[in-house]
Amino acid sequence: MTDDPGLMTVLLAMFAGAIRVSTPFLFVSLGEMLTEKSGRINLGLEGTLVFGAMSGYAISYHTGSPWLGVLVAGICGSAFGALHGYLCKLPRVNDIAIGISLMLFGTGLAFFFGKAYIQPSAPRLPAISFGAWSDHPGIRQALEINPLFLLGLALAVFLWWALKNTRYGLIIRTTGDSAPAALALGVNVNKVRLLSTMAGGFFAGIGGSFLSLYYPGSWTEGLSSGQGLMAVALVIFARWNPLACFWAALLFGAAGALGPALQSIGISRGYHFFNAAPYILTLLIMIVSTSPRRSLKGAPGELSITK
Amino acid sequence: MSKFEISRRSLLQSSAAGLTLLSSAGLSRLAHASNLTVGIVYVGPRDDFGWNQAHAVAASALKEVPGVTVVEEENVPETIAVQKSMESMINLDGANMIFATSFGYYKPFVLDLAAKYTDVEFRHAAPLWTDADPKNAGSYFGYLDQAHYVDGVAAGLSTTSNKLGFVAAKPIGTVLRNINSFLLGARKVNPDATVQVIFTGEWSMPVREAEAANALVDAGCDVLTCHVDGPKVVIETAESRGIKCCGHNASQAPLAPNGFITGAEYKWETIYKMFAADLGAGEPLPNFTGGGFDVDFVQSTPYGAGATEKAIAAADAARADVKAGKPIFVGPINKQDGSPLLAAGASFDNYEPSLDQTDYLIEGVTGSIT
Repeated sequence: MTDDPGLMTVLLAMFAGAIRVSTPFLFVSLGEMLTEKSGRINLGLEGTLVFGAMSGYAISYHTGSPWLGVLVAGICGSAFGALHGYLCKLPRVNDIAIGISLMLFGTGLAFFFGKAYIQPSAPRLPAISFGAWSDHPGIRQALEINPLFLLGLALAVFLWWALKNTRYGLIIRTTGDSAPAALALGVNVNKVRLLSTMAGGFFAGIGGSFLSLYYPGSWTEGLSSGQGLMAVALVIFARWNPLACFWAALLFGAAGALGPALQSIGISRGYHFFNAAPYILTLLIMIVSTSPRRSLKGAPGELSITK
Repeated sequence: MSKFEISRRSLLQSSAAGLTLLSSAGLSRLAHASNLTVGIVYVGPRDDFGWNQAHAVAASALKEVPGVTVVEEENVPETIAVQKSMESMINLDGANMIFATSFGYYKPFVLDLAAKYTDVEFRHAAPLWTDADPKNAGSYFGYLDQAHYVDGVAAGLSTTSNKLGFVAAKPIGTVLRNINSFLLGARKVNPDATVQVIFTGEWSMPVREAEAANALVDAGCDVLTCHVDGPKVVIETAESRGIKCCGHNASQAPLAPNGFITGAEYKWETIYKMFAADLGAGEPLPNFTGGGFDVDFVQSTPYGAGATEKAIAAADAARADVKAGKPIFVGPINKQDGSPLLAAGASFDNYEPSLDQTDYLIEGVTGSIT
């Protein structure tokens, strides 16, 4: 600590930032992963995230219970997922176009209903302190962990296990890899995709409620800075693997903390570059992970972008 | 498809109806020539606890003035969209005065429209107007650095670590000037005080603002202030980390019931009412209006629970001094790179024009512009 306080501060800040900032990335990317595993892309999760943030905040304000807010945000998210799932079932409907329109719809609707909730303060989610063993205030602060983060971690592990080892996991994977094969097995492809998209929307809504109810912890119209869209790139980076989604979310969180952390120890030249770190990372991932010779490893075969 | 075709007859009918409507609208405008319609464009939501709210509070005060109608539009981006908003206010709502409240509205949008609609008065909320610009355009501005200086005095007496944190949006002149004045206020009462700045690069970016505020607290700052559009996140983060804070733009006192000291607020109301009165009386409007405490264009937020007796006394005295014209920038002051800005004994007037173009931070501020 005494040798190089600057480096330690930055590393600690990135560690803390990774935990604080990653949760929305984690939930949205898990939701998107599940949807894509079933063979559809839902680009509307950015709108779901923003609407989840608004509805969670509103419910928490009216009922005084932030956890109820989280639940309602999830339910609203699954409603958006259901809309996406239903519309994409119709013949010759493009899931990407529907996703983009739902993104705009969700954001606009959230702004419309959210007007009344910019001013009031709603009760926020509590944090659990894991840092009592340390007398370093920075470490203590970093280990103030929100239960949703732990829930996201558990969800990632569960999805990883369930997709691999359960009957339902197999059905989702089959639907995503080959719809004719799933049909031959007697699986209702549209129903599986509808339910997967709804579950994905539920997760994205929860990710949104984290933004408004914990960190940064208030509802404003500029709350999301594209987390919902970046999470889509993150799924590709994570190769549709839930555990990798978790690590990728942490990486994106840490990248977001890099700019402010470097400035706080006095390395402030080129802060625009460091502030752009998450976006540069997204771009690099896209470049590195594509190849003209093969489709992406691990990509579900039914996805309209890989077909 | 044939049912969507417009027959010649129905086209004629509808355009005749349109013409009648237009001419009657024109008549009613003439009939109420003494009435003033003011159009106000905001870049964000009107209740953002910040820049837009400060303008909206003033707009609602303006609505109380008899004979004045206010039309507002919020969330207008700094693109061609603002030009469309302003044009529709002029053409549809009959606005004869436009307040464009965001920095990026001026060039080229306000300038273009001012040249096009010469009978409409345009005023823009940043000190950007020059003699070369249209005469029916202009700038109005509150010198908020005076209020940040008073904040600095209170903050300098409130810190124990002597490290003050400043979350700033973009390194433009007004922001840099506020940072410098905040430090000068703190240094006046506490020569050991330093100010650490983190730039977020955007006017509104809540997650990064929260990260910046946390990073400053982790670096040992125990008083935070900011210059971003909506200070809600910074103030709430400071409060939740158990440190003190000073506000910006509008009152954030309710957000920090324990740590709020005071804040730097605009009082646009004074300017808006002044313009409305001038137009109502048929007098020409000034092209460049600016001022601070002396003309009631800026104000300090009432003290919160974080303000100590000593800080209140010193801040009150500092405000009285600035109001009386005592300079904020008193030498010796060096720029960050060590080059002298003011020699010992020299000083800048509080409205020194070169301060409008501030492109430097002064010694005692940690953080880089580039």
